[in-house]
Amino acid sequence: MNIWKTLTMTAAALAVSAPAAMAEWQPRKPVEFIIMAGTGGGADQIARLLQGLIQSKGLSPRPFIPINKPGGSGAEALSYMKDKEGDNHTLLVALNSFYTTPIIQEELEIDVLSFAPIGRMAMDTFLLWVNTDQEDITDLDSYVAAVKAADSTWKVGGTGSGQEDSILTAMMEKELGYEVTYIPFPGGGTVAKNLVGNQIDSTVNNPSEQMEFWRAENTKPLVQFNGERTEPFMDVPTAKELGVDIEYYMQRSISGPAGMDPEAVAWYQNLFEELFNSEEWQAYCESDGLTCEKWITGDELAAFHEAQLKRHEELIEAVGAESIMSK
Amino acid sequence: MDSILTLLGAGLLQSFEPLNLAMIFLGCLAGLFIGAMPGLGSVNGVAILLPVTFLVPPTSAIIFLAALYYGAMYGGAVSSITLGIPGASTAVATVFDGRPMAQSGRADQALMAAAIASFIGGTISVILFTGFAPPLALFALKFGPQEEFALMLVAFATFIGLGGDDIPKTIFSILIGLVLAAVGFDIISGQPRLIFFGMVEFQRGIEFLVLAIGIYGIGEMLWTLEHTKGAIQMHKVEFGLKRIVKNLGQVKKYLPTTLLGSVLGFFVGTLPAAGATPAALMSYGLAKSFSKDGDSFGKGNVSGVAAPEAANNAASTGSMLPMLTLGIPGSPTTAILLGGMIIWGLRPGPLLFAESPDFVWGLIGSMYVANFVTVILNIALIPIFIRVLAMPFSILAPIIFVLCVVGVFATTDRMFDTWLMLLLGCMGYLMRKLNYPVAPAVLAIVLGPLTERSLRQSLISSQGDAMTFLERPISLVCILIAVALVLFPVISNILRKRKATLKAAE
Repeated sequence: MNIWKTLTMTAAALAVSAPAAMAEWQPRKPVEFIIMAGTGGGADQIARLLQGLIQSKGLSPRPFIPINKPGGSGAEALSYMKDKEGDNHTLLVALNSFYTTPIIQEELEIDVLSFAPIGRMAMDTFLLWVNTDQEDITDLDSYVAAVKAADSTWKVGGTGSGQEDSILTAMMEKELGYEVTYIPFPGGGTVAKNLVGNQIDSTVNNPSEQMEFWRAENTKPLVQFNGERTEPFMDVPTAKELGVDIEYYMQRSISGPAGMDPEAVAWYQNLFEELFNSEEWQAYCESDGLTCEKWITGDELAAFHEAQLKRHEELIEAVGAESIMSK
Repeated sequence: MDSILTLLGAGLLQSFEPLNLAMIFLGCLAGLFIGAMPGLGSVNGVAILLPVTFLVPPTSAIIFLAALYYGAMYGGAVSSITLGIPGASTAVATVFDGRPMAQSGRADQALMAAAIASFIGGTISVILFTGFAPPLALFALKFGPQEEFALMLVAFATFIGLGGDDIPKTIFSILIGLVLAAVGFDIISGQPRLIFFGMVEFQRGIEFLVLAIGIYGIGEMLWTLEHTKGAIQMHKVEFGLKRIVKNLGQVKKYLPTTLLGSVLGFFVGTLPAAGATPAALMSYGLAKSFSKDGDSFGKGNVSGVAAPEAANNAASTGSMLPMLTLGIPGSPTTAILLGGMIIWGLRPGPLLFAESPDFVWGLIGSMYVANFVTVILNIALIPIFIRVLAMPFSILAPIIFVLCVVGVFATTDRMFDTWLMLLLGCMGYLMRKLNYPVAPAVLAIVLGPLTERSLRQSLISSQGDAMTFLERPISLVCILIAVALVLFPVISNILRKRKATLKAAE
């Protein structure tokens, strides 16, 4: 009787401990998928697509839960990540405010280079959009003429002072020699809605935010800021073609908080590489004008972030920090 | 119109397919319990159950999630009424009158009113949705920052009347709420502000649910404990057919506010910025302003339960509209539904109605059915819910305390917020003790950020000219309504006093 008992106990103990010893690290509770922008914007759509893919493909034993933290041009999300140092169940869906917000708001003391680099999912395109009601505006020249005629009351919608689109707007003001009124909204989706409703005059949205309105012919793109023309906007000229020296992209990457365990980092890197190479993701990139040719992760991604951080410091210095912050 | 009816017919047929019907039933039931548990709102429910839906076709999947969403809207009322803890932020306004009703032994009445008002709100808004989705989507586009601000003014104006006769105390309460709402990052410049004692935790602002659970859950518990000395609140739990019929007879009493709340809720829900919580609060405020016995609101008036419940269900349907036609979710829950749609290869936007009619009309058809299922489930479960109140309060109080702590921690995952909730709970208790109305503070913290953003956006776009609010027709109308709402109780008060003095003089 006693031997029988010992045997079952041992077997039970083995059954419990063996898989635990063999299995690699994986999430033990739902993973918070922090989006540093509002609902309906580019980052939001990407996060929700990725979350769904993870679940439908059964890639994670625990769900990913997208949480929007758009406050303070991404400062809310970045501070949250800083608080979560060493946590293995929090990831950030980052965009360019990942660089700009820590530069502009030094007092937050956020060092994004300390974050765990998981992977770069895409480089997104910026386009200049106006409502199709504005029939007189057909190209960049007529646009510039209209903005100049409005004498700085031209309303450009964006996602927040210090966000990448405000930098791009400031770069355009400088290059094209006009001034506009910049109005911040809580996310790219809301900006798009306000452009369709004629509450604002123009915006520099990413394609995914305007795609459906463009297909419904509510809005039209005038210029793209990529180095080369990108699908599906092959008939939209680049700024450089028109002699305007602006080339600007939006990075879409995933980061973990500083001090995340290396095993967890490796697990997430594998997960997102698999997603990056999936048919669904590549199809999304193509339909929504994102460039997803090369998967970048680990040290290479860290180097990319470092270079981008430096570039944004220079850009902000060139246009002047005060020109992108509201009065 | 004919074509709409045909499409709707097809949609209804679709929702009567066995799989879809089962999805509706399961969704409503799951939603009801998720909504009733504090800290486990429909957002978590939908997020956790999203993967389950990959097993069925997209239309059935969204039907399941939408049913869950409605179910949670109904369920939120349950813990608001029986425990005094808002089960979800959308059900905060339901506590105002639902809780006092439960304390005076009328919990079944309150639950019944909540169920029926939710049903009416849900159904009216689906009908509006069916008939007028495209024009309403266009109207929502006309709502710029100016109109949003004017609408917020209407909401505040309805609440000036909420504090009863003591308007200065109401204004004080609103101001406290506004100060708490302003904590965190400045929404325009992104600078941190009002960081109390330099504690970094305040940078993230004060989460609304922390305040709501604190003030209502903890504050109420302390208050009740002081007054009942731990006694049983409801001695006889009886809920037979007779009682149901009697409660149904009451519908007359709250029908007008329910109808008003339904239309208002639907409309506010369609605006991408707002959502169900502001809708429910505004509906409550309006119901009180227009009621003949406004003074009984907050003390257990059945209309005070019906108005917000009708509005939050109507708003949940309404918020489907910007999600489907503009791709902008009107609430956190619809944001997750949106994620599901993208996976299923459906792109929300102006073309969705034309390109995927099966999906859209299947969803609309299911909303009609889901409303029926939830109201029946709800009424059937009332006897179980009210059994909670048959416990002595000395046993109930610690349970409420635990639920509050767990609810807050589950929502924000921070001990800091749990302590803050306890602190705010004590503040809520003191405010009640000193006769300050707390509802206006709750309203202010919900609407404060929306109001601030729209005000500043408007003024930036008009180059600082405040006349912009009066130059735009929709915003002008809203502002006139707001002014009338503020003046109405003041004037009626003066008139009443004059009458009283005249009588005294006679």
